[in-house]
Amino acid sequence: MRGFGDSRRPQGAWPPHPGPLPGGEREGPLTLTLSPGGRGTWVAALPLPLLTACSGPQSMLDPAGTQAGHIGTMWWILFATCAAVYGIVMLWLLWALARRHRWVEPRGVLPVEEGRDRGLTFWLSVWVGGTVVILCGLVTASYAVDKSLTHLANREELAVEVEGMQWWWRIRYPDDDPSRSIATANEIHLPAGAPVRLKLKAQDVIHSLWIPNLHGKMDLIPGRENELFLVAEREGTYRGQCAEFCGLQHAHMALTVVVESPEDFNAWKEAQLAPAPEPASDEQKRGKAVFLSSACSMCHGIRGTTASASVAPDLTHLASRPTIAAGTLPYNRGNLAAWIADPQRIKPGNHMPLVGVPPPDLQALVAYLDSLK
Amino acid sequence: MFSRCRPAASVLALCVLLLAACEREERAYRGEPVGEVKPGAIVQGTLYAGEPSPPPPQRREYEGNAYHISEGKRLFEWFNCSGCHAHGGGDIGPPLMDDTWIYGGELENIAATIVEGRPNGMPSFRSKIPDQQVWQLAAYVRSMQRAVRKDVAPGRDDHMSASPGEQSQPVQEAKPGGGTPPSSQGTGQ
Repeated sequence: MRGFGDSRRPQGAWPPHPGPLPGGEREGPLTLTLSPGGRGTWVAALPLPLLTACSGPQSMLDPAGTQAGHIGTMWWILFATCAAVYGIVMLWLLWALARRHRWVEPRGVLPVEEGRDRGLTFWLSVWVGGTVVILCGLVTASYAVDKSLTHLANREELAVEVEGMQWWWRIRYPDDDPSRSIATANEIHLPAGAPVRLKLKAQDVIHSLWIPNLHGKMDLIPGRENELFLVAEREGTYRGQCAEFCGLQHAHMALTVVVESPEDFNAWKEAQLAPAPEPASDEQKRGKAVFLSSACSMCHGIRGTTASASVAPDLTHLASRPTIAAGTLPYNRGNLAAWIADPQRIKPGNHMPLVGVPPPDLQALVAYLDSLK
Repeated sequence: MFSRCRPAASVLALCVLLLAACEREERAYRGEPVGEVKPGAIVQGTLYAGEPSPPPPQRREYEGNAYHISEGKRLFEWFNCSGCHAHGGGDIGPPLMDDTWIYGGELENIAATIVEGRPNGMPSFRSKIPDQQVWQLAAYVRSMQRAVRKDVAPGRDDHMSASPGEQSQPVQEAKPGGGTPPSSQGTGQ
């Protein structure tokens, strides 16, 4: 790409000219050539990065669960079919362009060639019949995949409540014993191989949960509960994203999904069940006092303290989460301090107000929050 | 040349007029200070030395802005104001939809009530609610008694409601004496 704007830059200007480009240094209008190493090659190589989307933590082409596997198979069937049909149509078009044309007088009257027209009619009929067969086949395959997804939903070992909020995810692991239910945010842990039922809710507007490596999209609608059954098979960390425009910060509404062995999952669950650790140092003690006496405690809860509000993410084990602000920033002390100091710069319009904690208090507050492992 | 452009120019000019509606929705996320009036610094009496001071800028900034009032409506539920005041109809706390105000019914009186707390049950939210959110809550309470412009009042309720949204109800005229408390009579308007 660097050759595009540079060819007429005066020599000696800053930044220095990167030197003649292989095969592309030419005066006059910009031309695209496919010579090796020329601009055309660069342009042709541009789509290559798209291939990286085929794997990774947020890709439906890299399924990590049973349902996503079925959906991925269906995707490849559709892709292969459409690519083949597209290829055939293009070949036919090329043939039509290249075939010999004969003009007869008066102009505009199509010449009649008995033998050739009969052949064309035959092949067009075959093509129409083929189209019907292909479409029926795709409908059947799609139906079969849908049916298999429903069949997998018959048993459940774990229920997780996912509630879409503007603009974060409230995650709850309900339990028959209320003291053993967990509340966290923007992070779902799942045991590998266990059938899971995600109960999807919303309070403000319609959201949509999409964890491409595990399942398709499902809407979260205020006033009703949707369900998504999934079995995560491959251990790893995946990324989910809101897939229904839900307001200003829709793009910054992501969540992390950690698929781990049942032992690791149980260990995580036990750690989450514990109340917040008591502050160890004087600075942390001061931070806790700042938290409880300022606006923080009006919205956030920390179990084990008097902060019991629940309209914003539960912070009992904040420091154990990989991200803050719903996947917007990686968790670390610096980002946390920046977020508290001015949340409206990082996510304009989000519901966390500018509280205005004085700098010494902010340091203590961050020290305390960082101790909430 | 100009005659051909005139219809297009008129349409463009009319479109510019649409910009006038932007103030209704203008969103100030950070709560930049709009004046020197803090929620606590209000006039309680009806007597002034000399001319009464002009109304504080928050009235225009918050009472005339649909975004702030809608945020106030959200916070009214979030901070559990409904726990005592119900959805404005009053429960163990006084109703907020009528025109009777014990401690003043102007924006800054309501803001002061939220910050300072009042005897017989209203807790003080000092340092617990940032200034901007106090103003937003106060503006929403003003919209409950239909004292704000119709076009900025909330259009509907998220909860079950016996009456139509604030927007669908007529704007109430401020009643001199009687309903309007003495503390708010001299503060402008």
